[in-house]
Amino acid sequence: MSTNVESKSLWRHAFEQLCRDKLALTSLIIVAVYSIVAILVAMGFLASDWEQSVGPSYNPPSADHPFGLDIFGMSVWAKTLKGTEVAMSVGLVTSLISITIGVTLGALAGYFGGKIDEAIVWFYTTFTSIPYIMLVVAIAFILGKGLMTVYLALGLTSWVSLCRLIRGEVMRHKDREYVQAAGAIGGGDMRKLFVHILPNVLHIVIINFSLSFQTAIKSEVILSYLGLGVQGRPSWGIMIDDAKLELARGVWWQLAAATLAMLIVVLAFNILGDALRDALDPKLKGK
Amino acid sequence: MNIYAYILRRLLYVIPVILGVCAIIFLIFNVVAPDPALIILGKHATVEQIVEIREQLGLNRSMWLQYFDIVKSAFTFDFGRSWSTKQEIIQMIKAGAIPSATLSFPAFFISTVLGISIALMVAFYRGSVFDKITVVGCVTLMSVSSLAYILFGQWFFAYKLGWFEISGYDYGFPYFIPYILLPAIIWVMLSVGPDVRFYRTIMLDEIYQDYIRTARAKGLSETVILFKHVLKNAMIPIITYVVIQIPFLILGALLLESFFSIPGLGSITLNAINSSDFPVIRAMTVLSAVAYIIFSVITDVLYTLVDPRVRLS
Repeated sequence: MSTNVESKSLWRHAFEQLCRDKLALTSLIIVAVYSIVAILVAMGFLASDWEQSVGPSYNPPSADHPFGLDIFGMSVWAKTLKGTEVAMSVGLVTSLISITIGVTLGALAGYFGGKIDEAIVWFYTTFTSIPYIMLVVAIAFILGKGLMTVYLALGLTSWVSLCRLIRGEVMRHKDREYVQAAGAIGGGDMRKLFVHILPNVLHIVIINFSLSFQTAIKSEVILSYLGLGVQGRPSWGIMIDDAKLELARGVWWQLAAATLAMLIVVLAFNILGDALRDALDPKLKGK
Repeated sequence: MNIYAYILRRLLYVIPVILGVCAIIFLIFNVVAPDPALIILGKHATVEQIVEIREQLGLNRSMWLQYFDIVKSAFTFDFGRSWSTKQEIIQMIKAGAIPSATLSFPAFFISTVLGISIALMVAFYRGSVFDKITVVGCVTLMSVSSLAYILFGQWFFAYKLGWFEISGYDYGFPYFIPYILLPAIIWVMLSVGPDVRFYRTIMLDEIYQDYIRTARAKGLSETVILFKHVLKNAMIPIITYVVIQIPFLILGALLLESFFSIPGLGSITLNAINSSDFPVIRAMTVLSAVAYIIFSVITDVLYTLVDPRVRLS
């Protein structure tokens, strides 16, 4: 065997497998497009005129405004774009919050075991016993309404499943040779845990990221329905919630636009999540 | 570990979890939440009114006593009275339980049976076009907002086509059926996607085990393998998955009940949330948490009894 053939890393393998999978690649492109739209909207290049009334109230879809107009004559298309910013930021911030908590607690519990593990397991068992919706509502009660509430309410309540997975995985890794070797050359606990073990469980975090991202986008709708969502700006949740008064008058385009916008990106994240799991989880390879 | 010792330990673990749940509820409602006196009286309350209402609600007592009240309610189900309707909460729960159960149990049963059947078919034809279409279909179903299902279903099938009742509820056996039909169908639509995906994964996990290869090698037909070997072994995670969902049925139909005006526990909870009715929210939280804890113990014990491998670890 020739020695200059470099073996591919897990990530390289995964990336190549992802690129071969047409559906997964399409999903990746969709997610990228949504992210770019969200950034452009946030920077004010796109849909900055969403607040302008451009025609009569509830004007149905036309050539000028393919998604019609809402009650104030605002373009539903512009509102949908503006909503993309909210949705993507909710997905991102929520996932980052839940990953930070889940990974930290899971890694500490799995690595140290004993009393620390017992305490963390007790904490998340307690936490999951309380229905998700109640916790979300309670957090919203305390913080008041707004985007920050959406981030925190969804982020603080969605870390448990990741925490469990990380805990189990770290437990499996902590006595392996490479960790012992790291200890033998003088690495402390924190170094072993965060520098050596964590990169080896990172694939779980990535798979989980794409799942928690889309769950957050979907949950934002529920918060909006409960009146706890974002205020003073459109979001897909608020647009869908508005439809409960519009449908009886035959105004379906706002519901359709928001649902469609959401369906495409959530579907993309779902497919991407599955593809990532196939690509990154070697146990399932070949199935 | 001895199996009885394990079960006993598992049962005793309920106590710290219940204490923890009560502590979180206490923290949320009695410590960090806005002052209930202000919620009830509004912004223009006088000091005397506030003092009086605080006295009335027992908010002047020590923190320990207030915490103890919540712990006590987890065992006695004595939740006090609602702030907005002044009714005894336990009576409200009893009244709401029936409409909730008439919707959630049939819907849950149908979606579970449907999910397992579809998953079995998909596992049988794994890798085929049928399998792929089903999986993509499930993911698509899951990607639509639950609120959109409800709004569209209610508007199109009930309002436009008139196939179902738009909303409302009638007590008594055959009378409630027309009212729960559409919500139940939407429920099934909402849960069949994740269910089929989950059951399919479970079954495929089993299909690739060595004992299945042995069964195939000794000449058993694919049907026998699927029903006798795969389904039997997959039953353990399936039962766990089903049992652990039961406590969520209490609040499960929150949105459905509220949209279709079914006077169940979900509606009670949502109304309480909208009117900041703390005792009712607290009661529903305690109730569902206790249900969850009980059912997770049942799952764990069942697991130990059914699967000897669990006992070893």
